[in-house]
Amino acid sequence: MSTLVEIRDVSKTYERGKQKVEVLHHIDLDIQRGDFLALMGPSGSGKTTLLNLIGGLDAPSAGSIGVAGERIDRLGGGALAKWRAANVGFIFQFYNLLPMLSAQKNVEVPLLLTRLSAAERKRNASIALQLVGLSDRASHKPNELSGGQQQRVAIARAIVSDPTLLVCDEPTGDLDRQSAEEVLGLLQQLNREHGKTIIMVTHDPKAAEYASHTLHLDKGTLVEQTAA
Amino acid sequence: MKYFHLIWAALFRRKTRTMLTLLSVLAAFLLFGLLDAVRVAFNAGSDAAGVDRMVVSSKYSIIQGLPQSLIPRIQATPGVKNLTWANWFGGYYQDRKNQGINIAIDPGYFDIYPEISVAPDQLAAFRQTRTGAIVGEMLAKRFGWKVGDKVPIAGAIYPNKATGETTWTFDIVGIYKVEEEKLKGLEQQFFFRWDYFDEANSYGTHEVGWYIVQVTDPKQSDAVAKAIDAISANSDHETKTQTEQAFNLSFAKQLGDIGLIVSAIMGAVFFTLLLLTGNTMAQAVRERIPELATLKTIGFSDVSLLALVFAEAVLLIVIGGVLGMVLVSLLLPVIGDATGGRMQLPPVGAATWGIGLGLMILIGLLVGVLPALRAMRLNIVDALAGR
Repeated sequence: MSTLVEIRDVSKTYERGKQKVEVLHHIDLDIQRGDFLALMGPSGSGKTTLLNLIGGLDAPSAGSIGVAGERIDRLGGGALAKWRAANVGFIFQFYNLLPMLSAQKNVEVPLLLTRLSAAERKRNASIALQLVGLSDRASHKPNELSGGQQQRVAIARAIVSDPTLLVCDEPTGDLDRQSAEEVLGLLQQLNREHGKTIIMVTHDPKAAEYASHTLHLDKGTLVEQTAA
Repeated sequence: MKYFHLIWAALFRRKTRTMLTLLSVLAAFLLFGLLDAVRVAFNAGSDAAGVDRMVVSSKYSIIQGLPQSLIPRIQATPGVKNLTWANWFGGYYQDRKNQGINIAIDPGYFDIYPEISVAPDQLAAFRQTRTGAIVGEMLAKRFGWKVGDKVPIAGAIYPNKATGETTWTFDIVGIYKVEEEKLKGLEQQFFFRWDYFDEANSYGTHEVGWYIVQVTDPKQSDAVAKAIDAISANSDHETKTQTEQAFNLSFAKQLGDIGLIVSAIMGAVFFTLLLLTGNTMAQAVRERIPELATLKTIGFSDVSLLALVFAEAVLLIVIGGVLGMVLVSLLLPVIGDATGGRMQLPPVGAATWGIGLGLMILIGLLVGVLPALRAMRLNIVDALAGR
C-alpha cells in the first residue's frame, strides 16, 4: 500500500478570546491508501481537529499535510474547496442532510460541482443510493427517514463523486446499536470492496473494531496505535 | 440553472414565512403599479404631445384669453405651417361628478392632431352644424351617446345668449377614435365649434383660450416661439409660446407634482419593504448556518454561497413583485369599468415593467447583501460545531 496522507509536525492552535489553546502538538502520521483508520480519544483530545485538518476544512498552525502528493496546507480557500469536492467525502454525526431536498437530490448535491449533465447526476446518485440499499427511499425527504437511513443517505452523498478519502466524524454517535452496525458494515464494505480510505473519529470501541487500525489521541498527542 | 432547485428549496423552507413575505412584496409592487399608472395618466398629455406642435397662451395665466386678431399675424410668422385654436368650456353632463373635458375648437383642430381619427363625413357634418359636437369613443360609451343625440352640457362659466342659462345643448355629429393604446385617455374629450361658442356666449369677446401652432421644422421651434411672442410684446395680451409637451406638463403640475408625490410614497413603501424582507432573509440564513456549512464542506466555494443567497433574495422579491405587477394589470381595466370610465388608467406599459423589474433586482440585492456576506464568510469548523 502507498501512503495517501502524510502529516508532518502538525500543530494547531486556536485563539479563544485572548487565550491561545494548542489543540494538536507536533503530530506526525502516515495513513496508507485503502486503510480504515479509527481515531479515538477523550473529548477535547483533538480527534475532530485532526480530522478537519485531513479533510481540508481547517489549516494547521504549523507543519505540513499532504494528501495523494498534494500539500493541502498550502491551498487557498477556493482551491481547497475544489480539492475537497474532488477528493473527500464527509460523513457527520448528525447526517447534515438538506431537509428540503429528497434523498435523491441530497445525494446529487456534490455532483452539482462537476460538469455532469442532469441525467448523469441523476444516474450516479441512483447508483450511490442503490449501493447503500436505499433505492426505494429516493423520493423521501430526511424527516421521512430513520436515523440509520439518513446516515446511509449521507454515506451515498459522500461517495457519489467517487472521492479518494472518506472522513467520518462520529458516524454512529446518533444511532441505535442495530443502525450503527449497519452503517459500520457499510463503511467496511466501502473500504474492502471499493478500496476507499476511511478515517473515522469515534468514542465507541465497538465501532473502532470495524477499522483496520485505531489511533489514540490524548491532549493533542498521538499516544497509541492498535491494529485490528 | 442547475442550482435553481437548491435556491427554490431554500426559499420555501419555511412556507408560511415566505408566503407572508411574498404578500408584503406583492402589496408594495401592487401599490407601485397603481401609483405609476396614475403618474403615467397625468403625464399622458405630454406623451401625446406632437414634436411639431407648440401652444401659444397668455404669458400670465391660462384663464386669460388672447385676441382673435392674432390669427393672421401668427399664420404669417415664418416657420408656422398650420394654426388652430381652442377655448376651455368645462362643465358636466347630468351630474356634477361627470365633470368633462369640454373644449370649443376651430374645425382645423383635427388637421393638427392626426392621432385623433374622425370619419370624413362626420367631420363634414361638424363643419356644417353650428351646434355640432364630436366626442371620443370612450366618452360616448360611458354615457351611451350616439350620433344624432342632443346632449346638454351644464357649463359653469359661460351663459348662452339664447337661453340665459349656462347649460348648452349640442348635437353629436361624430365620434372619434384614438388608435394608440397609451393615448386612449384622449377619447374622454368633448369638442364643439369655437365660432358657435364665441357668438353664443354672453361674454363673446372674440377671444381665444390658446392657439396651437404646427411648425414646419421642429428644430426651429425656439425661433418660431420667439417670433410669435414678439408679436404681442409690450401689449396687454403678451403671449408665452412653448412646446406642447412643456405646456401639458405645466398644466398637469398645476394639480401637483404627481411624479414627486408617487416617488415619495414609493420611497417610503420600498424602504419599509427593505427592512422587512432584509430581516426575513437574515433570519432565513441564520437558521440555515449548519446547512450552508455542509455545502461549504462538500466543496461549494465562498463565492458560490454568496451567489446562492443573493439569488434567493432576488428571486423572493421578483416573485412577489411580478405577481403584484400582474395583479395591477388585471386590476386597471376593472377600476376603469367600476368607475364607469371616469378613472381611465393606462395599462402597465413596458417602461413601468422595466422600472419595476429594475427595482425588484435592486431591492433583492440590497436585501441579500448582509446575509450573503455572512454565508460567504462562514467558518466551516465553527459553524459545524454550532459556534
